Formats: sequence, structure tokens, C-alpha cells
Amino acid sequence: MKQEFKIISDLIEKNTRVLDVGCGDGILMEYLKYNKEIDIRGIEISKDNVQKCLSKGLTVIEGDAEKDLLQFPDSSFDFVILSQTLQAFLNPEIVIKELLRVGKKAIVTIPNFGFWKVRLHLLIKGTMPITKNLPDEWYNTPNLHMCTIKDFYNFCENRRIKLDNSLALHNEKISSINKLNLNIKNLSAELGIFLIES
Amino acid sequence: MCADLTELRALKKPLNKFFSLTIQIWLIFMNKNVNIKNIIIDKPLKLDCGKTINNYSLAYETYGSLNEKKNNAILIFHALTGDQFVSGINPITKKEGWWSYAVGLGKAIDTDKYFVICANVIGGCMGSYGPSEINPDTNKKYGTTFPVITINDMVNAQFNLLSFFNIDKLFAVIGGSMGGMQTLQFVNNFPDKAKVAIPIACTASHSAQNIAFNELGRQSIMADANWENGDYSNQNKNPNKGLSVARMAAHITYLSKNGLQEKFGRKLQERDDLKFGFDADFQIESYLRYQGSVFVDRFDANSYLYITRAMDYFDLIKEHHGNLSKAFEKTKTKFLIISFTSDWLYPTSENKEIVIALNAIGAEVGFVEIESDKGHDSFLLKVPKFLNTLGDYIKTAYSKN
Repeated sequence: MKQEFKIISDLIEKNTRVLDVGCGDGILMEYLKYNKEIDIRGIEISKDNVQKCLSKGLTVIEGDAEKDLLQFPDSSFDFVILSQTLQAFLNPEIVIKELLRVGKKAIVTIPNFGFWKVRLHLLIKGTMPITKNLPDEWYNTPNLHMCTIKDFYNFCENRRIKLDNSLALHNEKISSINKLNLNIKNLSAELGIFLIES
Repeated sequence: MCADLTELRALKKPLNKFFSLTIQIWLIFMNKNVNIKNIIIDKPLKLDCGKTINNYSLAYETYGSLNEKKNNAILIFHALTGDQFVSGINPITKKEGWWSYAVGLGKAIDTDKYFVICANVIGGCMGSYGPSEINPDTNKKYGTTFPVITINDMVNAQFNLLSFFNIDKLFAVIGGSMGGMQTLQFVNNFPDKAKVAIPIACTASHSAQNIAFNELGRQSIMADANWENGDYSNQNKNPNKGLSVARMAAHITYLSKNGLQEKFGRKLQERDDLKFGFDADFQIESYLRYQGSVFVDRFDANSYLYITRAMDYFDLIKEHHGNLSKAFEKTKTKFLIISFTSDWLYPTSENKEIVIALNAIGAEVGFVEIESDKGHDSFLLKVPKFLNTLGDYIKTAYSKN
């Protein structure tokens, strides 16, 4: 399991109710279900992935988070996970709102567009950056709203969304993000992991 | 026609207090004697129409065997024109059972592992209490004096199978189309009697379009002069033309436009050019006529009226005053809902309504829409993604049983 999922799973308490939004083929769901006795549900847009999840016995519905989160009542989950998908939505702001409505807390991870390699790529090559976390070309990327760790941090502060935990991930190493080191982390981290609540 | 019952009563020991006797009935069917298993239910059932029935017949078939823990039983509900012969060779039609792709040795619903039960719905014509049975009060076939039955009545009648087989809790209830409606109704009526429920390609409330198509079929039957106000079998007549047209119209609704186009297009039927007449010039015409003609050999016209009526009356949403979630509030049953992209009779949107109602109360529900161009009939056909998902899901659920 990738480091990001280990960190996410550490942020989640045992025996809770969790919704994994954009759960993919269910690797994180399986881990949480069997290692942390979590009552876990998933929502996923790809039919193939949904079929894989159902085959593994995971409770997953096919759906689009931008439309289908509506069916879940307020605070019906202790945690809602959104892993590296925020940038692919038409309206990330509404999705964040929905995550915080459906979940008491949300864990959002974002590929950091402020990472130095990304900046350098654009600066030196002058073409849209392609990295490990951003492997697609500009014309076929599903990412519509790329943001940086700093963007997301500021977004939360402006919207009075509580940042319970902000973590930076680089080369499998985790570190804490705070106001003082925000600029450094925004340059040095590939991935930002945020535990937020409204 | 179907279900010309002469009861050769071979009395067996009663298995349960509700079944004062079990009998073997023989269907004289197209001049062939066929042994059909049935139970006579000796427990009054109050129908939704107000009438109470008792000592009525429920014909069933089973596949595989019940394990010692009695936790491997799957009750399958059949669709409008289905019957209890889910798998193997149907003894009446001599064709493969209606769900042979999904049920059998090594199939998604593996009869080596599970004990599969399927009963002919009441109102049907394959040995269960239906309009082609003889009314003991008049010694004539019921015809349209048969009471109007509902999906709820069908499910309540079939619930008796659990005590008949001494099963406390089913591992799963599964059904497509009208079978899916029965699956939903089953969990609504008996919230703790199934671990898993898989309603496929169905709806919680029959739509205006569905009622319209059913009405078309019924009017076609009733417009046949041989229908005789439903009394045709007492007069040795048969509204075959009407029933056949009803089947042809319905058959179109089970397929998709693309599916039809791909299979038939404008291909001509055993001719090089158009004949400028009303013979079946096109393959699709010939195909539909064939579907109509074989259907009348195995189905009773009055049963068609009664069962389509039951589907039309199905409205689980209204039963709960507009809040479908209430139907499932008391249940811990795990749901898997499956729809098909090209099914326009019970479209994904209607299947999703059930998913939404279940999620609204935090029930355990999985949902997938399977890509297929085979229309509503996809659930009956060889659609590997569907069969694999169904099989894997059941297997995993059973391993945690």
C-alpha cells in the first residue's frame, strides 16, 4: 500500500464509519475494513473499478461525487476521504462543502503543483509539468483545477474550514505543515494531506 | 395450454404444521406428463384485494442441496414470464431454464455451493395457484374470477417455502425485473430473513410507461375473440393471437435499439428483395412472430393479465407514503443493485432511486450499472461483466457468511 494511504489510515480512528470518495479499486477500503474494523463505503465513477470493488465484497456505489454525494444525510460518516481527486472536479469548492456536510471530518489529499520539480519544469522547459503524481499531458489530463499546498491551506483559512492536521509528503517522509513553514513545504512536498472539519 | 392440472395425489408425510399435505401434481402439458413439485399451503393468506385464500398450490423447483447449517439457501424470484425452472432443462419447454447463464454448476449462482429455490408465482401457470387452475367451488377453471394478486401477495405466498424447508434465514434473495420487485418486497416484509438481497434491473414503483406497455399487452389479449371474457379454457378456446401480439410488443421493450439494429438491421428474411406484401419481409418481423408463437405454447393468457396487473400495482414508494427509505429501515440485509446501460424499461435512474433510498438510511448498498447493448434482457443473457460481478459478490458475501 502506498505511503499516502498509510498516513490516511493513521488519521482515522478505529470502529468508525468512513466514506471513500473516488475509491478506485478499493485498496484503501480493504485495508481500513480489515485492519481497523471500519464500516467503510465507497463511491467511484469507473465501472471497471466498481466491479473490482464489488467482487472483493466492498460496499461501493457507482457514481459521480459531484452529483451523488447528495444522497448521503448530513454527518452520516465520521470521516470522508478524497484522495488526489479534488483537482479533477468541475467545481472543487462545492465538493469540499459536500464532503464536510456528509462527514464530520474530511481527509483531502492533493498533488502539489507548487512542488519545486513542477515549478522548474514549467520554468526551464516551458511546457506543462509532467511528474510522478501528474503523469498526463495537458491535452489528456483529467485535472481541471490544479492547486498548490499553499492554495489549499489558504482556501481553508479563508473559508474558516478547520485544519486539524496538515501534512506534507516527500520521498515517503512526512512532516507537519504550519503557517511558518508553509512556503518551504509548498516547495519541497509532492503531496499535501489535510484533515479538515467545518 | 398451461397447467391443465389433474392431481394424482401421492400423499407424503407433512413436513410442517402449515402443510397438511404435500402432493405431487402432474401437468398434462402438450400431451406430456410432467412431474412438478408443489406444496399445498395450509395457512390462510389475506390478499391485498381483501380476499383470503387457503390450501393453495405453490409449485417450486430446487437445485443443489441445503447444508447442515442451513445457511446456503438462495431464493430466486422469477420475472413476468418466468417459472420455477431456473436452470437445467425445463421439463415443459425442453429448453434451457430461464437463468441458465447465471445459475448452475460453477456458475455465478453455483448450485454446487448453494441451495437454490425458485417457485412459480401465484397467478402463474406452471403449477401454482393461478387463473388456469380449477376452482373447487365451481369445478371450472378460475379464468377472470381469479382474484387480482399483487407482488406483495406473491412474496407472502413464497415466504412459506422457508418453513417448508426449515430454513430460518436465507443467505440471499435475488431476482431481475419483476423478480427484483419481489426481492425488494421480500426485504420490506421480512427484514431479517435474508443476509443479502440482489434486485436487478427493476424499480420500486412501476412507471407510467411500464403500465402503458402492460396495458397494450392486456388489451391485445382481451381483443382476441377467443378470449371469451377470460373463460376461454372452459370453452376449449385460446386467445393465442392476442397473447402472441402481447408477447411481441413486450419483447421489443426487453431489447435495445442498438441491439436490434446490430442483430437484424434491415436484413431480409429468406428472400432477396421486398415482396410488396405483409408477409414477414424483414428478419426482425419473422423473429418477433416466432417469439410470439413459441410463447403461446408455454404461457396462459389470463396469467399474463394477472401478473402484469400485479406489476402495475407495485409501488413500494407509495406503500411508505413517498419515503422509500422507510421500506428498509428495519433491515440489516446487504444490498447489491445492478442496472444495465441499455435497459430503457427499468432504466438506471429507477434502480438508482433504490440506492439513494438505502444510502439515506445508511444501509449497506453496492451499486453498479453494467455496460451492455442487450437492453432489459441483459440480466438473462450472457453478459460476462454482469455474471462475473454477480458471482464474485455472492462468493465473497458467502465466505463471510
